[in-house]
Amino acid sequence: MSPDYYLYLSAVLFTIGALGVLIRRNAIVVFMCVELMLNAVNLSLVTFSRIDGNLDGQIIAFFVMVVAAAEVVIGLAIIMSIFRSRRSTSVDDANLLKY
Amino acid sequence: MTAAILAAGSAPTHEAVLFWILAPIAVVGALGLVFARSAVHAAVLLALVMLSLAAFYTAEAAPFLAVVQVVVYTGAVLMLFLFVLMLVGVDSADSLVETLRGQRLAATLVALGFAVLLIVALAGTLDTFHTHGLADAQGEKGNVVAIAELLFSRYVFAFEATSALLITAGLGAMVLAHRERTSPRRTQRERMLERVERGGAALAPLPGPGVYADHDAVDTPALLPDGSLAMTSVPEYLEIRDARPASGGVLEAGE
Repeated sequence: MSPDYYLYLSAVLFTIGALGVLIRRNAIVVFMCVELMLNAVNLSLVTFSRIDGNLDGQIIAFFVMVVAAAEVVIGLAIIMSIFRSRRSTSVDDANLLKY
Repeated sequence: MTAAILAAGSAPTHEAVLFWILAPIAVVGALGLVFARSAVHAAVLLALVMLSLAAFYTAEAAPFLAVVQVVVYTGAVLMLFLFVLMLVGVDSADSLVETLRGQRLAATLVALGFAVLLIVALAGTLDTFHTHGLADAQGEKGNVVAIAELLFSRYVFAFEATSALLITAGLGAMVLAHRERTSPRRTQRERMLERVERGGAALAPLPGPGVYADHDAVDTPALLPDGSLAMTSVPEYLEIRDARPASGGVLEAGE
């Protein structure tokens, strides 16, 4: 099986993740969609690593996972502190910088 | 379609079978993540997508990344998501009110356009690719050893930088989640003094159910010395069963 199909799948998953970021309001679900986009890119990195025949793609995917873990920790802490002050995780409610 | 792919592919067919089983599951899971009302359902569907991606990694000669995917993403990151969901409240459903009119339609159109753009661009370039496979890069060592050698030679500075990043993230999370206490913590002594001063409430423990009654079931109220029912002896969440008239109870018990 040629690895192209993994790239198509990765494109589809990335698009679905972007759609979720655009239409969901719950900050936690938006964050999950960002994770989905990161995962889709990881899949394409691994596939390119296989096509190209060297391991650098896998290393970069590994670093993406590490950075994503750190990002999730900070992002969820921010969502929690916003929830403490506003009693809501909707991205529409966090609008203090709006006007 | 599958047959054509199987005929065209030079690699073993089991990878194609794996792909065509798991890829629809991953896409349906991702769509469910976007359209699920409940955030917990979204998290579980995201776990499904991540697990199928881990299976793809094993098929693509990346067993190390497959294990990391399961351990880090499905294990740690998603559990963190579920923890925060439980802290925030599971029933916080998304509001369906559109703040910007037409935003959903516009977002869907943009996403469709983006998908078409990506897929057309991929289709235009893919036949120029020639798949090499990882056999040369890994040699006899195998995936994990080859990755370790790269990680600790060419990428060692990036690797050390990620340790600094992880420590910074941990500290940042502690700072963000920490809450200063604005008033001193009330001691048990202060709380008890308040309770006595307020009056009204029973100072001693509440009577147990079934005391002096002819049943000792937890939903049978106790009888007071004058034969009346002690309603506080039954937990408020239970329905009082078999509340008999007060007069006979004490006499029968005494016989």
